Amino acid sequence: MAERVLMKGNEAIAEAAIRAGCRHYFGYPITPQTEVAAYMAKKMPKIGGVFLQAESEIASINMVYGAAAAGMRVMTSSSSPGISLKGEGLSYIAGSDVPAFVVNVQRGGPGLGGIQPSQSDYFQATKGGGHGDYHMIVLAPASVQEMASLTIKGFNLADKYLMTAMILADGTIGQMMEPISFEDAEIETYDKPWALTGTKMRRPHNIVNSLYLKPDELEQKNFERYKKYAVVEENEPMWEEYRMEDAEICVVAFGIASRVAKNAVVAARAEGVKVGLIRPITLWPFPKKPLRAAADQVKAFVSVELNMGQMIDDVRLAIECKKPVSLCNRAGGMIPSPDQVLSAIREAQKGEN
Amino acid sequence: MKTTQILIAGFGGQGILFAGKFLAYKGLLEDLQVSWLPSYGPEMRGGTANCNVILSDDPVGSPIITDPDVLIVMNLPSLQKYVDTVVPGGQIYVDSTLIQEKVRRTDVEVYYIPASQMANDAGVPTLANMVMMGCVLKNNPELSFDGAAETMAKLVPPKKANLVELNMKALEAGRDYEG
Repeated sequence: MAERVLMKGNEAIAEAAIRAGCRHYFGYPITPQTEVAAYMAKKMPKIGGVFLQAESEIASINMVYGAAAAGMRVMTSSSSPGISLKGEGLSYIAGSDVPAFVVNVQRGGPGLGGIQPSQSDYFQATKGGGHGDYHMIVLAPASVQEMASLTIKGFNLADKYLMTAMILADGTIGQMMEPISFEDAEIETYDKPWALTGTKMRRPHNIVNSLYLKPDELEQKNFERYKKYAVVEENEPMWEEYRMEDAEICVVAFGIASRVAKNAVVAARAEGVKVGLIRPITLWPFPKKPLRAAADQVKAFVSVELNMGQMIDDVRLAIECKKPVSLCNRAGGMIPSPDQVLSAIREAQKGEN
Repeated sequence: MKTTQILIAGFGGQGILFAGKFLAYKGLLEDLQVSWLPSYGPEMRGGTANCNVILSDDPVGSPIITDPDVLIVMNLPSLQKYVDTVVPGGQIYVDSTLIQEKVRRTDVEVYYIPASQMANDAGVPTLANMVMMGCVLKNNPELSFDGAAETMAKLVPPKKANLVELNMKALEAGRDYEG
């Protein structure tokens, strides 16, 4: 077994990205993701990579766009307000069908908000963020080990589908340390015949562009892109199920909220409440199948979130409103306690929601 | 199945996060499941700092500690803030050089260690945090003092190897303190 090392979640992302072949990092500092940039600043020069602190978030995402168009494995990282600034670039990257890897270590919002952990960019990450019809693959790690493994997965998926893969983490997972090992890292490589690598007078020009002035042509592009999205939705949803075998109540939570929720599930089970947890690992594509299946088994759902209730909409859609879904939440940088989640589970069991 | 939840709190600059890292690395070397979660924010030297460390035989659930088994405090505001959160039967370690107040609870074990004074006397005035840790290790069989030196050697970067000895000196002072 590979050696276990203690790392911060943010550092695990950076190390995993390097192992995934990323040699280009463009960013702009913001709490609580600064360690990603700091790690890259230290490591990239030693391995022939590029670390560049741009003049702004907007500049850095466009540098990502450029390097991605050239076929490089490239990334940027930021936190909530910084991701808003990157929104335009994310839309251009999606409209150009180039692969990119982006990290959002969320903090409380809206506006400048605070710097404590939050999950309030769920809508922004899963429903767009930038303009136009597009999706990103959104991965939600719940441990430092997953910060690493989902980073590698993210680079692979981005190249496979020519999309942006985003890690949607939060300040807690970014700042905490846990033991991790890198043994299982499976790095996939993909040919990129579309990349702007110079024709060397041997092939026609490649063009990377998101401008289509003829509406029928642009419509066609959107149709094709959504066919690709349908394949992603079919093949790539990831989730974890915990104690669902005989569950009558299903808690749904991702990231740090799922860790708190798991404690509450254990406590509720000790009281004899049959409760389980479904933890979406991909937020887009959302794991609809296990939720739909659970809707025929349980009598109620509890969505635990660090926001005012965002994922709860996707839970209701996935289960086609067959069962009641209650919200157990804190916002603005606060985290629900296991006791708060336990109370919500008891309420759901009593059917008082 | 054994899980120990340890909350360390004090001022920024007292080595609160480092003390937590020491416990986390020690757990790592002993093949335990470990989480280390710092407070982060606009704190700096003089502000408040705290650190949540969980050591467990099983995978760690939430890394956020609401009811610590062990509380280590190095300033008065931290004692006042967390004293009632400690589980009954838990332990509270107080740096009695910095905190004159006594714990009124009778359902917890309280250790008063003049750690800052002891660190000064031992010629390592910045290592009161590790004096506290020495005492914590002594009074927790499942943590134990064994492996402390190996942990310290792993934790301190090679460039600062001289600090291993100083930290060990502080740890040993805490271990040998008879209150």
